[in-house]
Amino acid sequence: MSIDTPTVNATALDPTSAGAARRDILHRLLMTLGPILAALVIAGCILLAVGVDPLAYYGYVLEKGLFSPLGIQQTLTRMAPLLFLAAGLIVAFRAGTWNLGGDGQFLLGAVTAAASAPVFVQLMPAWLALIGSFLIAAVVAMIWSLVPALLRAYQGVNEIITTLMMTFLGTSLANVLVKLVFRDPGTTVPQTRTLPVEDRLPRLFDTTITSGLLLGLAAIIIVHLVMTRTAFGLKLRIVGANPRAAIHAGLGVPGLTIAVFAISAGLAGLAGAVDIIGVQGNVRADWNPAYGLAVIPAVFLARMNGFAAIGFVFLLSVLSIGGESAARRLGVPNHFTLVLVSIVLIVLALAEYVDHRYNQSRKA
Amino acid sequence: MGSLSSLPDADKRDIVVLEGVTKRFPGIVANDSIDLSIRPGEVHVLLGENGAGKSTLIGMLSGVLQPDEGRILVDGKLTQITSPRHALALGIGTVFQHMMLVPALTVAENLLLGGPWWQRPRTEELEARVAEITRSLGITVKLHAKVSELSLGEQQQVEILRAMVRNSRLLILDESTSMLTPKGIDELGTLMRRLVEQGLAIVFITHKLKEAAAFGDRISVLKLGRKVGEIPSERFRALGEQEIISEIVELMFGKQKDDPEAVECPIRTICVEAAPLLQVADLAVAPTDNAPGLSSISFDIRPGEILGIAGIDGNGQKQLAEALAGQRVATGGSVRLEGTAIEMLSVGERRQRGLRYLTDDRLGEGTVATFPVSINFFLKQVGAAPFWRNGFEQRAEIDKRAAQLVREYDVRTPSLKTPVGRLSGGNIQKVLLARELAEGAKVVIFNKPTYGLDLANTLASRQRIRDTAARGLAILLISTDLEELLSMCDRIAVIANGALVGTVENVDDVRTKVGRLMIGLAA
Repeated sequence: MSIDTPTVNATALDPTSAGAARRDILHRLLMTLGPILAALVIAGCILLAVGVDPLAYYGYVLEKGLFSPLGIQQTLTRMAPLLFLAAGLIVAFRAGTWNLGGDGQFLLGAVTAAASAPVFVQLMPAWLALIGSFLIAAVVAMIWSLVPALLRAYQGVNEIITTLMMTFLGTSLANVLVKLVFRDPGTTVPQTRTLPVEDRLPRLFDTTITSGLLLGLAAIIIVHLVMTRTAFGLKLRIVGANPRAAIHAGLGVPGLTIAVFAISAGLAGLAGAVDIIGVQGNVRADWNPAYGLAVIPAVFLARMNGFAAIGFVFLLSVLSIGGESAARRLGVPNHFTLVLVSIVLIVLALAEYVDHRYNQSRKA
Repeated sequence: MGSLSSLPDADKRDIVVLEGVTKRFPGIVANDSIDLSIRPGEVHVLLGENGAGKSTLIGMLSGVLQPDEGRILVDGKLTQITSPRHALALGIGTVFQHMMLVPALTVAENLLLGGPWWQRPRTEELEARVAEITRSLGITVKLHAKVSELSLGEQQQVEILRAMVRNSRLLILDESTSMLTPKGIDELGTLMRRLVEQGLAIVFITHKLKEAAAFGDRISVLKLGRKVGEIPSERFRALGEQEIISEIVELMFGKQKDDPEAVECPIRTICVEAAPLLQVADLAVAPTDNAPGLSSISFDIRPGEILGIAGIDGNGQKQLAEALAGQRVATGGSVRLEGTAIEMLSVGERRQRGLRYLTDDRLGEGTVATFPVSINFFLKQVGAAPFWRNGFEQRAEIDKRAAQLVREYDVRTPSLKTPVGRLSGGNIQKVLLARELAEGAKVVIFNKPTYGLDLANTLASRQRIRDTAARGLAILLISTDLEELLSMCDRIAVIANGALVGTVENVDDVRTKVGRLMIGLAA
């Protein structure tokens, strides 16, 4: 699945390659949308098997997640933290680093933002306070990623294991912080102090959509451009694609590795902050939406392309908002959304495999 | 040469005969029309350096690979060995270079692996069989010990035992001594002798001359995919160890009459008074787990001069190149470029000053296979003007220069966007040549520049290196191909065990001198 999309478009030496490029895009589109349709059919069969009308299910998902005014606003609001997380994963995956600790970094960012924002707004202008909270959230998440980063950079310890372990510790630590350190004395439920609605990120126009959506879109587009158009991004991609070539070319691999972790974790921390400062206003104890893991498939489906990731994050948002409602109305477990997403992934992987075999046999 | 061996007459006694077997991989002919006969009661040594085609040959015998041309006869019958399982059924057992036992299981469990899944493992039967075999071979094997608790030598005995339990008639030992202690090697030698006495055939692969002479009954020498000679058993018995070694050296490094690569070394005039461009003094590198270190390496290279480094592969050549390029930490010594010390500088700074290193590992570290050709030209200049400005990629500049390099160095690529990994070995090498030789090069280190290339690309690469020297650059040419060094170098230094054991001017009898230095004799 980790096909590196050649993002550098050099002028072709021969004129036929313009047509080839168009065919290539068409082929890629077909290879993405075809499996998704197939997955919807398979998931539909599962729904049939458990006695639910798939058309009704998909209908509710679309109605609630996409077509109702309230639903689409919820969907777009949900996208804000997901886009930040996706941006962080794009940096990490393109650099060949498996940062699977997004949830821990997200929650620690959320808790620090929730703890700092209500204090800051009393001390300084609201805009400065929000920027301050964002920065603190990012820095705390970066510090949290330092252990896996140093182990990876200097000892070669597999970051899949370390980031996953750190994510368990991170979620627990976030909980402890909410219950013991940042607990709002004014409420009986353990939660942090609530940021007043007027101090949160402004909403867009007359809707309930958070302006965090724009920040998320900016983040993922900037990340995409940095990774594909700049020298820094290319260095990260070289480290990801062939670490030995990076050493041979004289790149400082340990430093770049640490930078990747810092950026990826920082963006996850910002995701937490944007969800708190934009939408939730506080962190309740035991709150863990597990966005970090849900975003991974979306980033993969997008082949680490920022613009495609926006599309898939939107799809994920529609599915999760619409899925919650459809699940309530039809008595399907809420987690069916995850089943659907995983079927899409499996079918996509199969399609890729078949396509690869087909290409091989055509060459031979 | 070649007069030593007659074509193997399809003797009835032969277990396996290869006739004109050829195997090609993209860009490389790994085995070129190889004839081989394997007889019971003989240790048949396959000798050759890394990349000579030994592993490919073994792959075809053990059913992992299929030949592109030629025939394999088993017991005189034309046979296609379709899979490792089929090879086992034919009685061909292979002990691979890397241990293939499950460390968490006991020896007995390992031996029972591969039986039919619906049957209960027949432990008693196995024990009886193992007892019988080990008694006749004079070895002891702890059946109930875990494999992870055994030494490497014991593990190897288990692997051999496994082949015996499966009734192998032909045992292939692939670089079996590479992981063993000297004592383990002697024990393996004794074991092999007992096995052939029982009528087994053994194919023993090695690149060490001493072992070949000590353990073999018959030696076939492979070089760059071709079989360059054979010492048959009758002759083998008649010769002493030293004579055998010198004969092998002649086969491995000797001149071949019909060698199209042989070119008379053109006379270049090197200004002897000119100050050396590269001066290396007492360079040392610490050894690592799998690589020898370097000790007190010293040499000078003047402008326009080509200094060759000869030696059997794995004697520190790569370490030398990497230490000079700055990729590997040197523990001592000095490296001067145009008189300025550079040993403390980074890879990038050394390159900036004109030191270039053309790696032998083209896909492993030289290029990023999935990246387009155009970007691979500039892998070592990421961020530098005019291709990047303020950190932003200047596509037009990159493409313009890349197109220029493609033309200049005759890189055959469908487009600049093509992932470099899709090109043939020769064209990838051209990309590397373009990258290292373009503007500002003063000293160039070539590590095995023609390794794995076809003849046309080999000749083109060599010409490119000669032209580079003619422009007044200093060249360090590391190669395991003596012909190549003889046809290109002004002087040849020989490396053995991480030290330079001698340097000779490239005149008249240099071939024998270098050959003797390579196997540890004084020139």
